[in-house]
Amino acid sequence: MTTQTKATNAPPLALYVHWPFCERKCPYCDFNSHVREQVDHDRWRRALLADMRHFARQTPNHILHSIFFGGGTPSLMHPRTVAALIEEAAKLWPTVNGLEITLEANPSSVEAARLAAYRSAGVNRVSLGVQALDDASLRFLGRLHTADEALRALEIARTTFDRLSFDLIYARPEQSLAQWREELTRALSFHAGHLSAYQLTIEQDTAFFRRHARGEFHLPDEDLAADLFALTEDLAGAQGLLPYEISNYAKPGAESRHNLAYWQAGHYVGIGPGAHGRLPLPEGAALATQQSKRPETWLDQVENKGHGSENTETVTADQRCEEAVMMGLRLTNGIDKALFAARLGRPLEQAINPQAMADLIDLGMLCDSPTHLATTPDGRLLLNSLTSRLLS
Amino acid sequence: MAKLENIRNFAIIAHIDHGKSTLADRLIQDCGGLTNREMKQQVLDSMEIERERGITIKAQTVRLEYKADDGETYILNLMDTPGHVDFAYEVSRSLKACEGSLLVVDASQGVEAQTLANVYQAIDIDHEVVPVLNKIDLPAAEPERIRRQIEDVIGIDASEAIPVSAKTGVGVHEVLEALVTKLPAPKGDANKPLKAMLVDSWYDPYLGVVVLVRVMDGVMKKGMVMKMMATGAEHPIDRVGIFSPKKTPVESLGPGEIGFITAGIKEVADTNVGDTITEAKKPCAEALAGFKPSQSVVFCGLFPADAADFEHLRDSLHKLRLNDASFEFEAESSAALGFGFRCGFLGMLHLEIIQERLYREFNLDLITTSPSVVYKVHKTDGTLEELHNPADMPDPVRIAHIEEPWIEATIMLPDEHLGSVLKLCEDRRGIQKQLTYAGNRAMLIYELPLNEVVYDFYDRLKSVSRGYASFDYQLKEYRQGDLVKLSILVNAEPVDALAMLVHRSQAETRGRGLCERLKDLIPRQMFKIPIQAAIGGKVVARETISALRKDVTAKCYGGDVSRKRKLLEKQKAGKKRMRTYGKVEIPHDAFIAALKMNDS
Repeated sequence: MTTQTKATNAPPLALYVHWPFCERKCPYCDFNSHVREQVDHDRWRRALLADMRHFARQTPNHILHSIFFGGGTPSLMHPRTVAALIEEAAKLWPTVNGLEITLEANPSSVEAARLAAYRSAGVNRVSLGVQALDDASLRFLGRLHTADEALRALEIARTTFDRLSFDLIYARPEQSLAQWREELTRALSFHAGHLSAYQLTIEQDTAFFRRHARGEFHLPDEDLAADLFALTEDLAGAQGLLPYEISNYAKPGAESRHNLAYWQAGHYVGIGPGAHGRLPLPEGAALATQQSKRPETWLDQVENKGHGSENTETVTADQRCEEAVMMGLRLTNGIDKALFAARLGRPLEQAINPQAMADLIDLGMLCDSPTHLATTPDGRLLLNSLTSRLLS
Repeated sequence: MAKLENIRNFAIIAHIDHGKSTLADRLIQDCGGLTNREMKQQVLDSMEIERERGITIKAQTVRLEYKADDGETYILNLMDTPGHVDFAYEVSRSLKACEGSLLVVDASQGVEAQTLANVYQAIDIDHEVVPVLNKIDLPAAEPERIRRQIEDVIGIDASEAIPVSAKTGVGVHEVLEALVTKLPAPKGDANKPLKAMLVDSWYDPYLGVVVLVRVMDGVMKKGMVMKMMATGAEHPIDRVGIFSPKKTPVESLGPGEIGFITAGIKEVADTNVGDTITEAKKPCAEALAGFKPSQSVVFCGLFPADAADFEHLRDSLHKLRLNDASFEFEAESSAALGFGFRCGFLGMLHLEIIQERLYREFNLDLITTSPSVVYKVHKTDGTLEELHNPADMPDPVRIAHIEEPWIEATIMLPDEHLGSVLKLCEDRRGIQKQLTYAGNRAMLIYELPLNEVVYDFYDRLKSVSRGYASFDYQLKEYRQGDLVKLSILVNAEPVDALAMLVHRSQAETRGRGLCERLKDLIPRQMFKIPIQAAIGGKVVARETISALRKDVTAKCYGGDVSRKRKLLEKQKAGKKRMRTYGKVEIPHDAFIAALKMNDS
């Protein structure tokens, strides 16, 4: 390993690796995922490494804080590929001690069996896509695993990794408070350090979008959704998992460092089909990169041009400020004013409408301190209204 | 100049859809006015809206040359008249320009209220009325029944009514012969000083204002300096012509003739329908009787949906007024809607037409406030104030009493809907004057306050009668009424755009309706919002919009932050269409929907 020693104030960087393949497309998912009979793993490994090198040349002097293997289904990657990518990243960038390396995994028995190999490859945090703990809901969500498999995978993951997270999707059609209480309580009994609990949202260009538009199912109304949200906070909190972001709960210190880069206007490199990146530009602006979405297109492009970027776009400092407010207020602690100023090159107060801020504080929706601007518990649920006012 | 005894001037009176324009087209075609190639369907209705709605807004004429069975060639001047109650005065002037009328009645539908009003006007001025039973080609046509109905309802001899199908051409020749043999020739003296009636006028981008005239006495020629008797304005005539229906120049127009002139007039507002035109240096002794300046009956506020369009709206209104002097406007500002204009119209249809033209021809998206009539407010200090806008209502303690305009309405309908129409009229404070039957058709005469009619009467009437009732009215008089200003308060602040004057007995119902509607239209916000309807300080209806609880999306966007920003930008663009009212954001669609009257 050729990790150079750098000054500690070197700007931090996160690395996202997208594996675009799934065994089946889930009807709610609008991420870039594709089903293919055959994947040439050697060819894909070489291409991902080349894409990574391309971006490393554009981010000199950065220090790597996290790597995240997302998808698609990254637990369909050969552990050898994961190992090669981690090894190469450590050669290309200096890294912090305790570099966080997360891999998303499906809780099927086949994939659970590979968890140890991923650990050997260098992965130190796993995020299991459990989604639900009853078979009918799993079938509705189009998942290939059963509740039993999910529970066994959770058990294996807990013994394999120090850091374990799992995803759940709630506010599903017909879901009652009592049902969710029972399901979430069972899930929390595994004492994972981190939980991502997302309310089911209907995204355009998904199978659910069409079925929902046809009236095949209905989502809980706003009031029930709010009650389910409150219940989630209560139950998770009782197990020591504190809400640190709208949909994320962690034991103190177990927060996802990688996701914090997104929420706190950090820089990140995104490789693999459809991955997004944010690279530094002068004066607080950033270069937004997006890789070609179709796997075959991306692969050809990397092999011919040395990178898979389809689209790059300058995000101005003003736009980045808007993003930072929008994303930063998702965090329970809110926006760290010092960090905001350091990353955006201007104080937070310049990025928001002062009258709106005063009104929202009066309404009990926002809470301002010398170091942070955060939402109150009431305000958190109304974040869309809040941000559109603050940024008007 | 045509020989007086060979001229016939006639108007066509018909209800919408009874085939007036098709018959007119057929008459033009039979006289060879246009070749088949030039023949566009419904030549007369030239404005897009006129064509679409099948109504006539501007009077138009066509001069036809007809070689009759007696071997003589006659000049037939066809006058196409506006066919709507809003333009009743214009209709009366058009009729005045003719000696007779064709009464066109759909042989399957029968006489309608609007036809009735116009035919009575024609009879009043001694027109020879030739009844025509149109659409006899339709399987549902019952010419004999309709013939009897014309006699029963209108009271004219219909034994010689001509069965016609304008569509197939049957009877068209008979109509032309009847015009020649039954209608009197016009009277007039070419040697007397010029006396002509200004029938209508419109703006032509190439010629300036084109004035449609009917010469009574004397002769109109190019180069003559004419004088308009109502305004005293003088203009040298620079063009004299007729419509064939193409504009065709002629040497002069003599007594009995109908044609057009241009005289370097810049704005339609400088020409008054019904005015008398004479020669400046040899004026006639007295003007024609019956001239009335146009007067607005219905007022409403027009506001641009996007505040940035205010200047564009102002320019557009000026342009429309070039061609339509009968509407007026002045700048107005509203706390809820920003800057806009208070506009006066001849009636509801006129309002709709202007609104639609602003939208179509000028691409303007508008918010229209509740139409209001003109109230006469008698104050305690003995002065009288005309109130066009409920927002301007003086303090109630300074008001002695208020008067509102009443109309006499004629409604014709199939008797199976009579019950619901009677109820509607009673609900709207109507006073029944007459109820008569002709076959299974009922004719109702009611006195109604105009403010009840402009609110949503016409739409309700159509709906309770399944579209079978026809309606016409005449302004009658001002009467004292127990009228109060109903205010709507959102989050304790009055929304001026929603204020209205209503009869005390209606205030609560109207207020409750509006509150309920607003409750559904205003999106939930971060706090509870009371919506109240009040008369002065007294709340008569109340609804509450509960606070929004959750709008945050739980979705994980991963690194695709741009997508989330773009969503926010879209949301911000949507906000431009919001009016912030106090702390409450009201989408402008909510105002439009709340102000929409037809589904209350």
